Amino acid sequence: MAEIIKNQSQLLERLKGCHECFEAKLAGNDGKRHILVCAGTGCLSSESAAILEELQKLIIEKNLKDKVEANKVGCFGFCSQGPFVKIFPEDRLYRGVKVKDATRIIDEDIIGGKVIEDLLYVDPATKQKVEKQDDINFYKKQLRISLHGCSLINPEVLEEAMGYGAFEGLIKALNTPRQEVINEVLASGIRGRGGAGFPTGRKWQFAYDQVSEEKYVICNGDEGDPGAFMDRSILEGNPVNVIEGMMIAGYAIGAKNGYFYVRAEYPIAVERLRIAIKEMEACGLLGDNILGTGFSFRCHIRLGAGAFVCGEETALLNSIEGKRGMPRPRPPFPAVKGLWGKPSIINNVETLASIPYILREGAAKFASIGTEKSKGTKVFALGGKVNNVGLVEVPMGVTLKELIFDIGGGIPNGKKFKAIQTGGPSGGCLTEKDLDTPIDYDNLVARGSMMGSGGAIVMDEDNCMVDVAKFYMEFICDESCGKCTPCRIGTKRMLEILTKITEGKGTTEDLEELKELANITKTNSLCALGQTAANPVTSTMTAFPEEYEAHVVDHKCPAHICKSMMEYYIIPEKCMGCTLCSRNCPAAAISVTDQPAKLPNKFIHHIDPAKCVKCGACLSGCRFGAIIKR
Amino acid sequence: MALVNIKIEGQSYQVESGLTILQAARKCGYNIPSLCSYMDGRCSLASCRVCLVEVKGARGLVASCAYPVNEGMEIFISSPKATEARRNSVELLLSNHHQDCLQCPKNGHCELLEVSKMVGARPEKFKGVQTPSTKDELAPGLVRDTSKCILCGRCIETCKALQGIGVLGFERRGFKTIVAPAQNRSFAESPCIQCGQCVLVCPTGALMEHSEIANVDKALKEGKFVVVQTAPAVRAAIAEEFGAKIGTTGTGKMVAALRRLGFSRVFDVNFGADLTIMEEANELLHRINHGGVLPQITSCSPGWINYMEFFYRDLIPYVSTCKSPHQMQGAITKTYFAEKHNLDPKDIYVVSIMPCTAKKYEKTRPGQESKDGLKDVDAVLTTRELARMIKRAGINWNKLPEEEFDQDLLGQYSGAGVIFGVTGGVMEAALRTAYKSLTGKEHELIKFEAVRGLEGVKTASIDVNGTILKVAVASGMKDAKVLLDEVRAGKSPYAFIEIMGCPGGCINGGGQPYVKPLMLPDEEDNILETYRAKRASVLYSEDERQAIRQSHNNPDIIRLYDEFLGAPLSEKAEELLHTYYNANRETFTDKK
Repeated sequence: MAEIIKNQSQLLERLKGCHECFEAKLAGNDGKRHILVCAGTGCLSSESAAILEELQKLIIEKNLKDKVEANKVGCFGFCSQGPFVKIFPEDRLYRGVKVKDATRIIDEDIIGGKVIEDLLYVDPATKQKVEKQDDINFYKKQLRISLHGCSLINPEVLEEAMGYGAFEGLIKALNTPRQEVINEVLASGIRGRGGAGFPTGRKWQFAYDQVSEEKYVICNGDEGDPGAFMDRSILEGNPVNVIEGMMIAGYAIGAKNGYFYVRAEYPIAVERLRIAIKEMEACGLLGDNILGTGFSFRCHIRLGAGAFVCGEETALLNSIEGKRGMPRPRPPFPAVKGLWGKPSIINNVETLASIPYILREGAAKFASIGTEKSKGTKVFALGGKVNNVGLVEVPMGVTLKELIFDIGGGIPNGKKFKAIQTGGPSGGCLTEKDLDTPIDYDNLVARGSMMGSGGAIVMDEDNCMVDVAKFYMEFICDESCGKCTPCRIGTKRMLEILTKITEGKGTTEDLEELKELANITKTNSLCALGQTAANPVTSTMTAFPEEYEAHVVDHKCPAHICKSMMEYYIIPEKCMGCTLCSRNCPAAAISVTDQPAKLPNKFIHHIDPAKCVKCGACLSGCRFGAIIKR
Repeated sequence: MALVNIKIEGQSYQVESGLTILQAARKCGYNIPSLCSYMDGRCSLASCRVCLVEVKGARGLVASCAYPVNEGMEIFISSPKATEARRNSVELLLSNHHQDCLQCPKNGHCELLEVSKMVGARPEKFKGVQTPSTKDELAPGLVRDTSKCILCGRCIETCKALQGIGVLGFERRGFKTIVAPAQNRSFAESPCIQCGQCVLVCPTGALMEHSEIANVDKALKEGKFVVVQTAPAVRAAIAEEFGAKIGTTGTGKMVAALRRLGFSRVFDVNFGADLTIMEEANELLHRINHGGVLPQITSCSPGWINYMEFFYRDLIPYVSTCKSPHQMQGAITKTYFAEKHNLDPKDIYVVSIMPCTAKKYEKTRPGQESKDGLKDVDAVLTTRELARMIKRAGINWNKLPEEEFDQDLLGQYSGAGVIFGVTGGVMEAALRTAYKSLTGKEHELIKFEAVRGLEGVKTASIDVNGTILKVAVASGMKDAKVLLDEVRAGKSPYAFIEIMGCPGGCINGGGQPYVKPLMLPDEEDNILETYRAKRASVLYSEDERQAIRQSHNNPDIIRLYDEFLGAPLSEKAEELLHTYYNANRETFTDKK
């Protein structure tokens, strides 16, 4: 690939070749079968690298080199079912694959031509085995725009991306006047995928309007919401797509340099980004006078040290400049005075990953997806108490019900849905009454939450909402940069009150003070982190007032989560006297009474609340359902 | 300057564009409380959230210290929302502030207290734990008590932007954040030059001088022969501590107060300054005449000496070996003065009143001893500490008479000594004497205007009998760096360079009274731009009033050389009046 692509026609020719190659591969016209193994962080942690290695070893051992190829691809999204292995041209998906299954895949499927039934996905509702990815409910309502190419192309091979649509958008942009590129982005209606949902085109326009020799495009890959990993998956699955989005942005606003700010905890994403940049530089797709068009662009990578606040764009700028990651007051806005004082735009990974599509397919097509004010698709990291945990990309406007029950497969163990937290620590909780709400930026805000980066954590009846609020407040308290008073001290004071409440020491006055502090933190804070820090508190207080009251008035935790207000109890009528609980108890808190139990010569057990450490070992061990929390 | 129309509380005003809301409001007669803004109402941090106001059409409240005014802007300072927000921000700060106001050395000058009063803050509105704090008392000049710190960041900005050093920064995150030298080390283990510019801007008692009042009390109580000597710059500012306007001379009342505090002798370091000029001017002439290392750089600012030893130790050969004036005077007090009065030098306790926090370190340096290893100076009090002593003694400043310094061997001084307290002063004083030495006659104008003024760097060419003597003056380390880099590169065209650690020289030293616009209702709006010039004018007019204007014409100096030292740079002068520098110094704890 080291040969320089000198002009557009050379690139088009190259793209055509790659495309034919890639199509042939999927359709089986290249005389080979292709095994794709997920190499996203999730599957890698379940030994998918070893699976791939084993497959490749077997292919050589069994002399299948001419007929079979095994390669890595990016994230499949359905992470709770990984590791995934997919076989083309059959488009057959194996899930939950283990290293030892590699031999079977080669012997039974590749050589034997048989489907390995026990590696197929089983629909929990119908108990039917599903062979093809698209037939799995989890994938049915999904539409991949920013996850384009993920789980299909090898992210470390530039030709693979080029075979699957790469640079078509860039070529189109380079042949369009800069203002018209921005018009196209404006017309697409795309809004920032990182949190606030500011219209991307308007951001670009501000930066375009600035007169400056030097401007910068910055890709915000400092994904910090607990549970969110869409940026990581996009960068791991198709880095070239994001680079292309950045180049289009750079061309549009007049920037020659782009910075990827990626957290250092994403080593695989960083590595693949590095490979992609290097390959693109080698063939002249990054550098000076790209394709002879006069457009020059270079990409740089900066690693974040994992501070949540560095996802805030001005703090991110400081961090790139080598300063402490603390937000700057606005104005001046980054589009006017950003990185090193130059006009800069900061776009989220997911936003930039959608840009090539908009140019390639046209703004109208993008705008036809979604709701009136929120266009396109959004990736959600679905997690918590939901059957199908993973990454989903859906058109804006799907309802929460579709997200949780159709795609997510509902709540495990027949429990009742209680709430879904969207937008991470800056977001809020939505409840049953919001289930039919079409998800878009404005609807979520109107209901006291926000889109945020797309974290979606489902909670069931066993979750205590005060505890949930406390969890997020702990996170914010840790992650506050410490610069401004309300965020630094206000969040700490809120956490202190929440802790007091969960310890059963709260009063109704505490609830008033909590509301007051929440309001102060919102109105007085410098940056969005502080301004939204109290959202988990206010939204849970609004949606679940009775739960807060139970904590401070009756000093009870209805969900039995807050340990100081609950106890483990053995129902005497159900106790068989088997002694298992007593043996499991690490605190020797369970003793035998003199009351005979149902089993002969056995006695009913009793938990001494003074000794009990509330670890729950007794409850999870009891085979007779005799132990409860109360 | 373009003007914009704004409205504050519905009233129309025209103000310069480019001002922040806070600056504009001050000009229009509104005081918006503010803590993080670096006093002049413009702030790059906007972190304290105490200056929040409502602006029509803006999303949420805006920080007036960072938000620029623009045409048609409507500002509401006292809307219920803004009023409450400001009060809440202060109340949150108070909930994490060690409120031992009664014992706090900052009492009376605390901006947090002032702002609390303004917004009507309830001190116990919010309660909770406080951030684990550090009290750093290891450094000789400065004390850092993070339990008082409100993290406004002024000190960080000052150290970085004004002095170009950047010793202080935020450490840790969230509620645990503190302001500290890197890794929360002590000032004593950092390259802090002890200039105390951070102390001048700290709104609370988090950064203070390292007080030596107790040591002086003890010496007085023990009945030692306590000699007090006051630096030139002290008189230019001390009256401010007692409510006088900036620029009021405090010499006579200060002397009267010191006498009433029980000091055995009250001397002026101007004598020491004259002595310094005799040595330093002759050192310069010696270097010029004998092909010595040039330029010669002054050595009387201990902040600069610290800076030099930390960052420019390769320039040691260029730096004059002269001790600073008060150290010279201390040495003479414990030798010549002691001999003349038949006093045992061990019984003499020398107290210097200085505009400076770095002098507290300087007196402990090796090479600052007179005979028998006795320290030249035993205690250094800042101008502020002296004011505290005077207030504590119940002395009514306004009723004090104007008194004269003691005329006892070290009593007389020239106008040249007085101007040491302002940037360019040492240079001018030295030129007066050097000119005489080189030409055999006095310079007819006496004044050397070219080295006056408060610019960061000043240069001049003096015609000495047809030979051009090129000189340069810098104050504040950031500006000094320009000259130092030239010297380091071997490209300095100058023969003599004066460097002062603090911007403006000693009149703006780290030990001087605080200038806090919010707490100075009687001063003009632009006091931050003018206070240095006002203080400087005190010194220049005292120079004008002196009958003797040149150090070499000071009769006490002449007698000292006749009776005791012999000549400038004599063996005895070298022993008592000159020092050496440490090319291997790492920290303040390093006393090699």
